[in-house]
Order: sequence, then C-alpha cells, then structure tokens
Amino acid sequence: MESQAHNFKQRADVALHDMELQKALGMLKGGLASKRSVAVAAMPEFDAVRDAGRDIKEHTLAHLDYYLEEFERNCVAAGGQVHWASSVEDAREIIVKLCADAAAKRVTKGKSMVGEEIGVNEALEAAGVDVLETDLGEYIIQLAGEPPSHIIAPAIHKTKEQVTELFYKHHAKHGKTDRVTEVGDIVNEAREVLREGFLSADVGITGANFLVAESGSSVIVTNEGNGDLTNTLPRVHIVTAGIEKVVPTFEDVSTILRLLGRSATGQEMSSYTTFSTGPRRADDLDGPHEFHVLLLDNGRSEMLGNEFHDMLRCIRCSACMNHCPVYGTVGGHAYGWVYPGPMGSVLTPVMLGIEKTNSLPNACTLNGRCQEVCPMQIPLPSMLRHLREREYTQRLTPAIARAGLAVWAFVAQRPKLYGLATRLAVKALSLLGGKKGRLRWLAFAGAWTDARDLPAPAGETFQQAYRKRMQAKSKGLGG
Amino acid sequence: MSDTKISSARERVLGNIRQSLKRSGPLGDSIQESLRARSDAHRAAVKPHYSEDPVDRFIIKLHAVSGVVTRVSSADEISAVVEDHVTRWKLAFDLVVAPDPALDDIVWSNRFKVERRAAIGSDQTSVTGAFAGVGETGSLVLLSSPRSPTTLNFLPEDHLIVLARSSIVAHLEDVWARLRAQDDPSVPRTVNFITGPSKTGDVEQIIHEGAHGPRRLHVILRDDR
Repeated sequence: MESQAHNFKQRADVALHDMELQKALGMLKGGLASKRSVAVAAMPEFDAVRDAGRDIKEHTLAHLDYYLEEFERNCVAAGGQVHWASSVEDAREIIVKLCADAAAKRVTKGKSMVGEEIGVNEALEAAGVDVLETDLGEYIIQLAGEPPSHIIAPAIHKTKEQVTELFYKHHAKHGKTDRVTEVGDIVNEAREVLREGFLSADVGITGANFLVAESGSSVIVTNEGNGDLTNTLPRVHIVTAGIEKVVPTFEDVSTILRLLGRSATGQEMSSYTTFSTGPRRADDLDGPHEFHVLLLDNGRSEMLGNEFHDMLRCIRCSACMNHCPVYGTVGGHAYGWVYPGPMGSVLTPVMLGIEKTNSLPNACTLNGRCQEVCPMQIPLPSMLRHLREREYTQRLTPAIARAGLAVWAFVAQRPKLYGLATRLAVKALSLLGGKKGRLRWLAFAGAWTDARDLPAPAGETFQQAYRKRMQAKSKGLGG
Repeated sequence: MSDTKISSARERVLGNIRQSLKRSGPLGDSIQESLRARSDAHRAAVKPHYSEDPVDRFIIKLHAVSGVVTRVSSADEISAVVEDHVTRWKLAFDLVVAPDPALDDIVWSNRFKVERRAAIGSDQTSVTGAFAGVGETGSLVLLSSPRSPTTLNFLPEDHLIVLARSSIVAHLEDVWARLRAQDDPSVPRTVNFITGPSKTGDVEQIIHEGAHGPRRLHVILRDDR
C-alpha cells in the first residue's frame, strides 16, 4: 500500500478529533493489555520461556541462510514450491502469475501483514481477480475500503455501530436487508455471507506465523477458522512469509507459541494452530492440490547485524502497540503504512527510508512499556533513538528544532550559565502558573498548550532541590 | 517471471543474508553438522510445570475455553452422547463421521443418518477421532489423512471428537515425539491443534463463539479398550 507515513502529524491531529475512533480506542486498555497481564502472571516460567524464545530466534538469524535452504529443501520434498522475492514488486509478480496459472477468478485470503506489505489485494484486483478477505476484521475494513489499523485486530478502530452500517450497505446483494446490531448477529451474518466465498475460491492465500525448517511446514495461528477454510478448500494454497519467520524445529515453534498467544490476546493457545506441509497426499479426500510458499526479503536481509537487527525477532504479537500511549491516543491509521505502533515506528522508516517517515520515531515518549512487554525483548526505544540520530545526521530535523538543539547544547555545556538559565526559567514559569500551578497558554509553546495545560514547575530547579536535600541529609534530617 | 529472474532473486536474498552475516558463502561442513545435530536432538526449551494429572488438566483447560468434555467407558455409550448433544442444540440427526477405523466400533442409534466422508458446506455435525490431546493447553491434535479429512474440523457447526484417554500427553512437545514414533513418521499435509470452538473478538473486542468454524466443540473422552 501507498505510504502516508510522512503525514503522521496531520493524521494524528485528525485522529485526536475523531470521536468514533476515540470511543473505539478507549476499549483498548481494558481489552488486550489486561488479558495479557493475567495470562503472563498465570505462567511462572514466562520469563524463562521468553529467554528461550529470544535465543531460538537469535540462533536462527545467525544461520538464516542455512535454515532457509533447509526449509526450501524440505518443503520441496513434501511436494511444495518455494518462491523467493527480494522486493514487493517481485512478490506481486509471483502471486499474480500463480493466480493466472491457476485460472483463478476468486481468491480468499487469511489475515497477513506481509500480504499488506506486498499489496496483494491491489495487485490481484488490477489483474481482474476477485479478492475476498475472510478474517472478520479484515473483511470489515475491506468493505470500508480501509487498511488495517492494528496487526492482530485490524478493525479495532471501528465501533459496532459503524460495522452495522457497513453490513447494511453491502449485504443487501446477499439478501440481507435488515440492520444487525448485536455482535452475535453481526458475526453470524458475516459467516453466512462469507461461506459462499470460501466454497467457490480457486486460490487461498494465507500468511505464516512460523516456517519450520525441519519439515518445510508453514504455521498459522488463528481463532476464527477462516485461515483453515482458506488453506484447505481452494485448489491452490499460497503462503506469504517474511524470511525471518523460519525456525529450526517443531519444538522451537512450541516454545514461541507459549509467548505468542499470551502476549497477543492473553490466550494460552489460540483456537487454531495449524501446520501445513505440502499439498494434499495421494489418498487424501480434501486439501489443496498445490502448495506454494513465497519468501519475502524486502529489506530484512540488510537489517541482519545492523542496529535494527533485533527487530527481526518480532513475532507480530502486537503487545507493544497495545501498551503504547501514543498508539492508544491516535490509533493505527495515523502511522500511515502497514505496521503501526512502536514496532511500526521502527519498521516503517527502516523499510521505506527515514526521509519520508521521520515523524514516526519522534512520536514516542520513550516510556519503555513496549520493550517491557515485548516477548522477544526487542529494545524498541533504543532503536527509535537510533532512528532519531539517523534523522539528525541526515539533516532531516526541521531547522527550528536544530537551532533550538544548538542553543540548548551551547548552554548545557556551560554549567554556570545552565544553572542561571534554568533558575530564571523555573522561577518565571512558577510565577506565571500562579496558585493553580498550570499554564493555559505560553508563547512559542502553542503546540503543547492548544491541547492541554502545561504544569508549571514548583519554583526551584532539580539541582537546587537536590542540593537542599543532600544538605538536610548530612544534618541527619533527611530520609 | 523468467527462470533466470527467479533464480537471481533467490541468489540475491541468500547473498544479502551472507553479506550481512559477514560470510562469503554457505556455512562450513562442521557448522552445518552441528546445526543438524541441534535439530535432530529435538530438545524442548522450558516446559511449563503443572501438578495435575494430564487428563484432569486437559479437561480443566478445555472447559476454560468453552469446550465440552464427556467421559465414556466404552464405545457403546458414544451414540447416546451424540444423541444428547444433537437434541440439546436442536440439530438434525444427520452426521458426517470420519472414515477412521478407530470409530468403526461405534454402534449408531437408528435415529441417525450417518455418512463416512469429508465435509461439504451444508454439513451441520461432524464426528472425528483425534491423534492426541495436550494436557498443558486442553488442545486436540488432528492429523489429515484419508481417515481424517481436515474439512470435518472446520466446515460443520458442531464438531464432536472421540479421544482415547491414553492419547493425552503432558506438553506440546510430546505431540511431536509421538508423531515421530509412528510407523510412518512423515508429517501429514495438515496438523491441527484445536483449542476450543471457533471465535472472534473483531467487533469491539467482544468475544463471540462460532465465527467461521464450529460453534461448539465436544470431546468424548473414551477409556481405552
């Protein structure tokens, strides 16, 4: 999809004033994040499993060429076909060709972020193929003509009322002319409408949570069962996967599965964890006749060993965005491309270049929650700092910010001047704040005070307060 | 895409990986040997401890995700359990039963119309066997084969699974060990870990059961013969 990441500020501003979106985002905190904390607390071994999971991923990345070749060998031995794509253009060409070879009129899709990265839908629609998203969230946003706003709950920005209206508008042609307003009825109507699509599709395209090198299998982890209908019913099954998805063995998958569900939705196991290996066997009564795996690089191989290497451990669980105050305030669409939240603020600039995405690493308070909850212990805040450095050294930082930083650096390198300046500033702000201790407006700080008050400092600088405290302590009065 | 373009994409990706890993070619033989040994050892990392018996734990965990478990002591009781299920949920007495020899000794009540085949879109209720149950998570493991077609696990609204007590293992990893210990250790086309009925939380994060797969999952836990 076309990136809008350069418009982060405007998009965030729109999001902040979108009341429907704010209502939907309000449910985020009580939802996925609290379910995660319950599930993590229920497994005392969580931290040990987390270390093991990180080690498995690091081991695999250190020998990535070997494990990809192993995967390829075993996939082919099981009757599958492996396609390599170094760019999203390669990937689109391969998928369009596979669907043309299959004379596909209709393609069903399971949810796949790599599919979004590639832009599978646009490519196939341009080739005249009917594409049907089958994950309920993806289906909702396909009807709305929108990209996903969350990597595991793509329609999390939509309220029930909005879904009711979408179904009312689009389902009349399926004979559904009433407004469905209860969640149960909404889900049932989607089930009925999509069933026909599942049964008539020529090709099913899914993503992969893992690729297993020892067997050449792809793995999907889902709850709805749509992924399984997608990879079982059509004649051709195509898997799209990033090259970093491979792990050596079934045991390694088992370890990481214990992290994935808990971190994502607070589930010990999702309803369906499915291992697909090759096409249907000679005597099988069902299953696809062809099994294709597309391995996408798209910049991943360059991340190996550089300052963004750790990002390749990401298992796309979404814990980072579920715990991010910025994501929770502006939602996923503000980020402007496929991957939102903290992981997206790293991946988008790395994959698309910092030039057009430089707002993303700055839209972060560096509070560290994302790293704390990341099952793969990815140091997201430090990577965002690396990106800010990259932005600065490439002179992409706005002139006014550069000038401000230069003034600050000049003062900060002169302790006496720094002490004087901060004492004066703190005093002045404290006076301006008055009894309430808050400023409703401040010259040059409109960006802050337009949306909220600025808390005024208490009257002394940190250094003054610290000195006082140490003096009190040395007199035996402090504690 | 031409053949040369395809092979060049492969070489480009592998070449980039090796360059990033600061290597000029594939790994040396001795390292490859050690990686093979790592995979062949099939070592589990950390298995979460639990104190219950795996069968008891399996039942607790499956209940926690809205699965139903009924224990029977012999095949004679299975038809009645399915009859209760069908009556309770007001379903038709049409069953699609997996062509699994392990289910051959079930004597079906003559109220049922039984067909042994893969599923089609209009099927409402399926009965299958299972390869294993997992105590750790309450998961059922089903392997695709002519005797256990995968469509039976996903198309019907109600899925009843006959599971032998002795097939319940303690942890996820034990499933793979059991699979490798079979006469035919090759991995089937599909290995399904099923943990509860189909569900979705895609509308306002409210969990609703019965999205695209079965609305109800009922395990008939059978004592071994």
